[in-house]
Amino acid sequence: MSGTTTGIQGKGHKGRRGKGEELMVPRAEFDSYYGRPVIKAPSWKDRDIAGYFFTGGLAGAGSVLAAGAQLTGRPTMAKALKISSLAAISLSTAALINDLGRPARFAHMLRVCKPTSPMSVGSWLLAGYGPMAGAAAASAVTGWLPRAGAAATGAAAVLGPAVTTYTAVLAADTAVPAWHGAHRELPYLFAASATAAASGMALVVSPTRETGPARCAAVLAAAADKAATAAAERRLGMVAETYRSGKAGKLMRCAQALTVAGAATAGLLGGRSRPAAVAGGLALLTGSALTRFGVFHAGMASAEDPKYTVQPQRERRRERAAETESRGRSHTHPHS
Amino acid sequence: MTGVFFETGSLFSGPEPDPAGDAGHPDPPARVGFFTDTSVCIGCKACEVACKEWNAIPEDGLTLTGMSYDNTQGLGASTWRHVAFIEQSAPRQVPAESAAPDGRTHLPLAEEDPQRPAGDVRWLMSSDVCKHCTHAACLDVCPTGSLFRTEYGTVVVQEDICNGCGYCVPACPYGVIEQRKDDGRAFKCTMCYDRLGAGQEPACAKACPTDSIQFGPLDELRERAALRVDQLQEASVPEARLYGHDPEDGVGGDGAFFLLLDEPEVYGLPPDPVVTTRDLPAMWKHAGAAALSVAAGAVASFVLPALLRRKGRR
Ligand code: SF4
Ligand code: SF4
Repeated sequence: MSGTTTGIQGKGHKGRRGKGEELMVPRAEFDSYYGRPVIKAPSWKDRDIAGYFFTGGLAGAGSVLAAGAQLTGRPTMAKALKISSLAAISLSTAALINDLGRPARFAHMLRVCKPTSPMSVGSWLLAGYGPMAGAAAASAVTGWLPRAGAAATGAAAVLGPAVTTYTAVLAADTAVPAWHGAHRELPYLFAASATAAASGMALVVSPTRETGPARCAAVLAAAADKAATAAAERRLGMVAETYRSGKAGKLMRCAQALTVAGAATAGLLGGRSRPAAVAGGLALLTGSALTRFGVFHAGMASAEDPKYTVQPQRERRRERAAETESRGRSHTHPHS
Repeated sequence: MTGVFFETGSLFSGPEPDPAGDAGHPDPPARVGFFTDTSVCIGCKACEVACKEWNAIPEDGLTLTGMSYDNTQGLGASTWRHVAFIEQSAPRQVPAESAAPDGRTHLPLAEEDPQRPAGDVRWLMSSDVCKHCTHAACLDVCPTGSLFRTEYGTVVVQEDICNGCGYCVPACPYGVIEQRKDDGRAFKCTMCYDRLGAGQEPACAKACPTDSIQFGPLDELRERAALRVDQLQEASVPEARLYGHDPEDGVGGDGAFFLLLDEPEVYGLPPDPVVTTRDLPAMWKHAGAAALSVAAGAVASFVLPALLRRKGRR
């Protein structure tokens, strides 16, 4: 009976518990239980969690660029990026705590250290990175303890890249089809998006003579962002729909357009014109934020429609059965 | 295990004969579980009620859903047993214009269909519950250690530890665990941990009048289920199948498994669930490589313009 549209199954219905989300389940050739989702979408709010992905990326990649700027004698850029990293990581920690069902219990995160939980790993990472970013910024602003400040800058630059990519694992280590299905590609997308944001910030806050590396990073990041998105969509097969349609589709398209336009403006004009650099930087920052919101909403859409859970799993099961069968056949008739 | 600062599972996926021992319980009792034989379920919802009563679960809304006799809709923070009702008729094409308006359920039983052979209607009923997976994603991802493996091999939330991060919710491949809105913390079936401690069977199994829900040592239940499915197939019910019984499956086998009469997705179950942490080593590897690429990209960005400038000056 399965596989065909039988009675009341197979025809998707509008999500009954659709938490205020407009969810249209297309009528499809698959069985489901009254069109209800198989897995539960996270209760996370986009402002908090997608916002957290963005600010975490901005902070982490910003620390790396700040260290580079300090080493190469770009004092304005170094100082400004240290301040922006501290602000961003403070915001992201606040967002994370705000999203807890029991915010007063946020310290329970540090009860255990669990490598199997990306959220636990991330909490420890933030506990290490946050103070370093803070010390680097404090020293840069006050001019006190320059040695310690330099050491903190270095430590933040070492931990920063991990802060930008662990959030991809945080999302991918779930049963959400659009995230878990892209678990190999998502870290690279987050890395590229974080670099785009940080270089955008550098373009906005630094004088033109210091922005050379930021312009270069912006162009690299935009190219990597495009490549990673394309790779993720290829891997996802039919689930890639969730990145192309609906709210997520709109966000991803805007994000890509802004990222490319921002990198092009910064790369071509940013070296000559300060307003162009600022405009490019703002476009990169916005593009990066929209990418995170796009990824977030693609995940939500893929969790709320049972077809994205059921169809790939059916496919996987069919392939496995076919494989076992062909192996069985080659066993019984090795020469046929 | 609670109280242990560093927690690692020794295995991420695959067969695991002793999850309780693996979690650090010395000399654990035999792993227990549920075998839910849906072929004898009569849809009385005694299990739902017994569960609510025993565990003092709050009321979670009185709605008429139009989903046959199902008014609880699915497992959640306040529904730890859920009876699914599926009304099936012969496969037929439904013309697009006669399809149900959005938000309303199309009830084919009430319609005249001359093409449908008489009597070709059946009702499937199934009492769903947390699967107490051998490799439980909810437990793996919980950052506080609130979710833990009991000595019976079951998976339980400690309410006083949970900080409501909600990570376990999308991690569960079956969509079982959920946060309570007004409370923030996550809740799910405990397999009546308190009753097990007192040598009692869980309330749902106790209340089930047809023994559709059977409780016992998991090994014994698996044997019994294999016999039952053979018996049904011989009695010309070829569609009878077991679900979640296989230690080789994507979650290492369920502590609560089922005998179904149709594909799992018809009951709202995933056809081929996988514990998401199975891929965690690969994810960390890619995250590490991606982190290095951030550093490498930055180095390149500082070095390239300097090189270009030097070349330009020459
Ligand atoms: S079914 Fe879901 S909630 Fe239950 S043990 Fe498995 S992963 Fe956890
Ligand atoms: S919501 Fe509670 S039980 Fe679930 S992962 Fe977070 S702390 Fe653990």
